[in-house]
Amino acid sequence: MIKIQQVSKSFEKVQAVRNVSLDIEDGELFGVIGPDGAGKTTLFRMVNSLLVPDEGHISLWGIDPVKNYRHVRTMIGYMPGKFSLYYDLTIEENLKFFATVFGTTVEENYHLIEGIYKQIEPFKDRPAGKLSGGMKQKLALSCALIHKPKLLVLDEPTTGVDAVSRKEFWEMLQELRRKHITILVSTPYMDEAEMCDRVALMQKGEVLACDKPEVLTSQFNRPLLGIKTADIYRCLLDLRHYPQTESVFPFGEYLHYTDQRTGDVKPHIEAFLKEKGHQAIQVIDVEPDIEDRFMQLMGNNSVNPD
Amino acid sequence: MNQPVIEVKNLVKRFGHFTANDHLTFSVEKGEIFGFLGANGAGKTTAMRILCGLSSPTEGEAMVAGFNVKEQPEEVKRRIGYMSQKFSLFEDLTIWENMRFYSAIYGLSAKVFKERATRLLRDLTLYEERNRLVSTISLGWKQKLAFSVAILHEPSIVFLDEPTGGVDPITRRQFWEMIYEASSRGITVFVTTHYMDEAEYCHRVSIMVDGRIDALDTPGGLKKQFNAANMNDVFLALTR
Repeated sequence: MIKIQQVSKSFEKVQAVRNVSLDIEDGELFGVIGPDGAGKTTLFRMVNSLLVPDEGHISLWGIDPVKNYRHVRTMIGYMPGKFSLYYDLTIEENLKFFATVFGTTVEENYHLIEGIYKQIEPFKDRPAGKLSGGMKQKLALSCALIHKPKLLVLDEPTTGVDAVSRKEFWEMLQELRRKHITILVSTPYMDEAEMCDRVALMQKGEVLACDKPEVLTSQFNRPLLGIKTADIYRCLLDLRHYPQTESVFPFGEYLHYTDQRTGDVKPHIEAFLKEKGHQAIQVIDVEPDIEDRFMQLMGNNSVNPD
Repeated sequence: MNQPVIEVKNLVKRFGHFTANDHLTFSVEKGEIFGFLGANGAGKTTAMRILCGLSSPTEGEAMVAGFNVKEQPEEVKRRIGYMSQKFSLFEDLTIWENMRFYSAIYGLSAKVFKERATRLLRDLTLYEERNRLVSTISLGWKQKLAFSVAILHEPSIVFLDEPTGGVDPITRRQFWEMIYEASSRGITVFVTTHYMDEAEYCHRVSIMVDGRIDALDTPGGLKKQFNAANMNDVFLALTR
């Protein structure tokens, strides 16, 4: 298993990771979720031996990535956020290169990548620089897997990728999980949390919470209402000035709203909106999702511009 | 909202044998928030570049803010704003200098610039921070500032290319409130995004597949048409 104990890392004045502790179990698909600047990349680069923590300690199955970085690097398959394969090598050449560097062959571990690589194999003579985003992603994942790593570290593999490719990518990860590869993956998309066994929510270098996604969601402990009217923007502004409002955010089709009062407040809100001249008023109970919980945990963290 | 500010008829763009935009026809009204969705490589960027006057259609016609993009691209450029996550502000200039720079590009007078920049920065609660270098503020604030800069010259239309990528969920919502506000003042917003929940914030949404617009309606209308619970399912039904 992977143990991250009270790890911190600063760059000049910026404290990128602050006192983070996490345990990741064998075979777990573990997600680190947070916006840009949360510290996800820095944390991953300490796990995979590319950065040395200022404080704290990391161990991967008992091996220290600071002292035994050579050993750790053979255990890990790393897919950085920025596409980092050789643009002027073909798909096949890139894959062979990575296999050779790790002292293995494509044939030996082909079973691991087959499901993914098959989709790009028809284009194996094409230079990596000429591939679409989705194909680059599949090639990068194949190259990260070809030496049969114990741990796969994927830094924002789905950022900027469309909803279809994202879904396909997560299906590939589910399959790798069935092959008992431990996966550490980061993403800024909250809706991807539910694809993970457990997730850590990160913001400004800190872990706000860490648990199974359904547990995190259930920790949103306020009754949540979905509200919409014919003019949703004016509805938002009006609710901001409603004295009983605790929080109100745009959230897809509805506004997500919590009230300071308890009990059934729907009739009061409907009456208020009616009085304000709103039409087609809908006030319904909604289930919170992980993004509601994330925003609740963030509190007023986003109000200053640093 | 019934005055078209974007009118596209049978727009075709070919690169050699490749057809990036295949007979696009649609219009966008004044003050409308128009979501322009599609898979990677579906042709969104090509279409957006044409509407911004940066590229010329192979066939067909596109009128933007009353001007033909092929014949009068410079007139079009003066009347639009643009922001993307990839290019927005100069990191080595201060907040105030960035605003000054863009206002000069669009030929605003010193007086108008000062008034608008002050108002916009006060609205953002960034006025006191105006002499900070842009490189020292967080991504979320940069994106909100970049949007303010993109509408500084009060364009008819603002084009937003994946404006909220990577920002936290609260800032993402604050950003959409800025979009709502601009729209309520009559600025048309033409926006691409990979966040399907954001498609719900648009008045109408088009979905491009392989260079064509395969669906165009209100989010409610699309969900009904595809018998889907949310926009993500609509998107998957069309593009998978």
